[in-house]
Amino acid sequence: MCDQTFLAIVFGPCDKCSNEKPLRAVYIKSEQLSYCSLCVEMMATEGLHENETLASLKNEAESLKGKLEEERAKLHDVELHQVAERVEALGQFVMKTRRTLKGHGNKVLCMDWCKDKRRIVSSSQDGKVIVWDSFTTNKEHAVTMPCTWVMACAYAPSGCAIACGGLDNKCSVYPLTFDKNENMAAKKKSVAMHTNYLSACSFTNSDMQILTASGDGTCALWDVESGQLLQSFHGHGADVLCLDLAPSETGNTFVSGGCDKKAMVWDMRSGQCIQSFETHDSDINSVRYYPSGDAFASGSDDATCRLYDLRADREVAIYSKESIIFGASSVDFSLSGRLLFAGYNDYTINVWDVLKGSRVSILFGHENRVSTLRVSPDGTAFCSGSWDHTLRIWA
Amino acid sequence: MAQAPTDPSSAEAADPEESSPNMIVYRKIEDIITRMQDDKTGGVPIRTVKSFLSKIPSVVTGADIVQWLMKNLSIEDQGEAIHLGSLIAAQGYVFPISDHVLTLKDDGTFYRFQAPYFWPSNCWEPENTDYAIYLCKRTMQNKARLELADYEAENLARLQRAFARKWEFIFMQAEAQVKIDRKKDKTERKILDSQERAFWDVHRPVPGCVNTTEMDIRKCRRMKNPQKVKKSVYGVTEESQPQSPVHVPSQPVRKTTKEDFRKQITFLNLQIDRHCLKMSKVAESLIAYTEQYVEYDPFITPAEPSNPWISDDAALWDIEMSKEPSQQRVKRWGFSMDEVLKDPVGRDQFLRFLESEFSSENLRFWLAVQDLKKQPLQDVTTRVEEIWQEFLAPGAQSAINLDSHSYEKTSQNVKDPGRYTYEDAQEHIYKLMKSDSYARFLRSNAYQDLLLAKKKVNN
Repeated sequence: MCDQTFLAIVFGPCDKCSNEKPLRAVYIKSEQLSYCSLCVEMMATEGLHENETLASLKNEAESLKGKLEEERAKLHDVELHQVAERVEALGQFVMKTRRTLKGHGNKVLCMDWCKDKRRIVSSSQDGKVIVWDSFTTNKEHAVTMPCTWVMACAYAPSGCAIACGGLDNKCSVYPLTFDKNENMAAKKKSVAMHTNYLSACSFTNSDMQILTASGDGTCALWDVESGQLLQSFHGHGADVLCLDLAPSETGNTFVSGGCDKKAMVWDMRSGQCIQSFETHDSDINSVRYYPSGDAFASGSDDATCRLYDLRADREVAIYSKESIIFGASSVDFSLSGRLLFAGYNDYTINVWDVLKGSRVSILFGHENRVSTLRVSPDGTAFCSGSWDHTLRIWA
Repeated sequence: MAQAPTDPSSAEAADPEESSPNMIVYRKIEDIITRMQDDKTGGVPIRTVKSFLSKIPSVVTGADIVQWLMKNLSIEDQGEAIHLGSLIAAQGYVFPISDHVLTLKDDGTFYRFQAPYFWPSNCWEPENTDYAIYLCKRTMQNKARLELADYEAENLARLQRAFARKWEFIFMQAEAQVKIDRKKDKTERKILDSQERAFWDVHRPVPGCVNTTEMDIRKCRRMKNPQKVKKSVYGVTEESQPQSPVHVPSQPVRKTTKEDFRKQITFLNLQIDRHCLKMSKVAESLIAYTEQYVEYDPFITPAEPSNPWISDDAALWDIEMSKEPSQQRVKRWGFSMDEVLKDPVGRDQFLRFLESEFSSENLRFWLAVQDLKKQPLQDVTTRVEEIWQEFLAPGAQSAINLDSHSYEKTSQNVKDPGRYTYEDAQEHIYKLMKSDSYARFLRSNAYQDLLLAKKKVNN
């Protein structure tokens, strides 16, 4: 007969969870305790957890990054411009300034189009926000903000209001009134509150919600009526400089770019970051979705623009030239997505063939940095704003 | 000789200011300037030119610079090279020896390279005291070439008024500088004087010229030490400067914590599990999209009847406002259901077609949920209830057909009403419409007539 050892099972209240269960002896710092088997298991894993040092976590993150790169590289079977060789080359472009809007007393920092395809709102360093009918070049509304450097402005989808903000750390909404007796500033509504400058703002598909980006490193979604914060987006490691909403009718996502060189795609419902891209060498000043919503372009202080595809989860094109050494401040696509217009700090606008990766045209005209650029809602023109105090409409 | 940092990340670790946007540009320009002056590798010819009774030391012509830029930076267009050269001059790295305005001309005009001491990358922010000393010094020297320009004379007068109390100090500093300068070799002085003048042309530009030292306020926070006493060009130590209001001290860099890494690891695992498309598929998709929409892109296919911005005629917009959609517009509705839903006229046609078939409840539900998400927060609860009553409650007037799982989930959601209460249901209905209602719409007589009717007229 073989020796058999019997384990005496003690039954009683667990020293940790107090449940009546079969107990086991556990030694913690030379003290003997009686834990139930469940608590023993939990303690074992928690202990492991605490033993995770900063270094081991960092290593794990690094090795996962490597694995991710490996997986992505497997799908990198060809370059976009190679496949695009079969696409017909674009003809010569004649793009000229068709309108020049003068009236700002200092650097123009931001502009946005109204859905009616001709009105625009622009903001500048001296605190002035102006609404123009850019087709006639008439100024229709003007308001002076209580702060300087109004870095962000947006037109409401209804065309009945504008939003703006900057060094005041806020985003305010002004209803547009045609009553000459009414002072626009009187009906001002403060909506967003950040802890640093407001760098970008955009209405969602409604006058009732605004999405903001700030130098405090966060983005936020606000209810205009109540000023309530609906959702905040944390993840950037530095100032967020730009954002763009996905063009889908059903989508609930947006992309943001920041001084941490990252472009991040967010789920507006949950506040979670869905995808992240980090290939630029410097601040990302501008992000804009490709019209299908499957990709987006970015413009950066590293003097390049890049195209990132969301389905491939990687950068798919770089738009750069040896002779372009100044940062790109603002980018936007033509309606079909074939052309990318980019405004630069060297006062020029470069037009890129998105598919082939080549530069199609360079536009001179501004006498100082181009700070903002948007294509009109029907794609018939684009507007550029500059530190030379003017805005230009090009077609 | 300045060298551009080869590894941005290591440079950044050593000096956070190296990665500031202005510095990135300065280093690139310095790289270009260095190569331009390197005669071993085909740099520009820098010579001493004889002129009347004197010699002009160390100059190069504008044409030579333009040519060098075109050859070495692969610039095809001369205008582009001139523009880049002008920017390099405006930043203060090269300057015309006989002009305060910093621009580059493609001709025999003479230019000189700036001394590294005066390079913008040294982060000079010279105070007015330095400028006063400089202007004062110029008036002490009897040389025609050092005579003050009108705007400089005005600046000097202004500074004399502003610094009335310490003018004696400034005068003394100027005298000291003149003494130091006199000791230098004649040729060296010519060069240094011009470089010093070019420095001030950057920091106190001619009225009407761009001040290239202006900074984007969003990028200012990365300044190395905003509170430090600004260094003087002439070695003058001043009482401590008040902190400039422009320099908002940057937040201390947060160290990455264990929690940060754990979040990163979760995120990375999610990304690894993500199903991604191959580049070839993605490329095909991007190309296909642009090819489909190219006829709608006014930059590539001229708009009909005309582009309002070019012809000054708003006819195109008037046509689009009318309820009669063009054949091209109707064709676009066939590209995807999103196109129909995006276009108010298309949406209207789609709805009417479904109503004619007594199957419009799905689309009306979808539209109601879209509308719900656009409401102000305070109205959300009411709208959620209204939608429930009309589309989902037992015995609802426009009952939609949801599978039991979605229905269960939605009834739970309604108990805590919010903008996303019907998100799940809406997704289901969207998919259903896409495969069913939308496909039928495109085949319908109503749609086909619209699509073809105009064609017949054109033919």
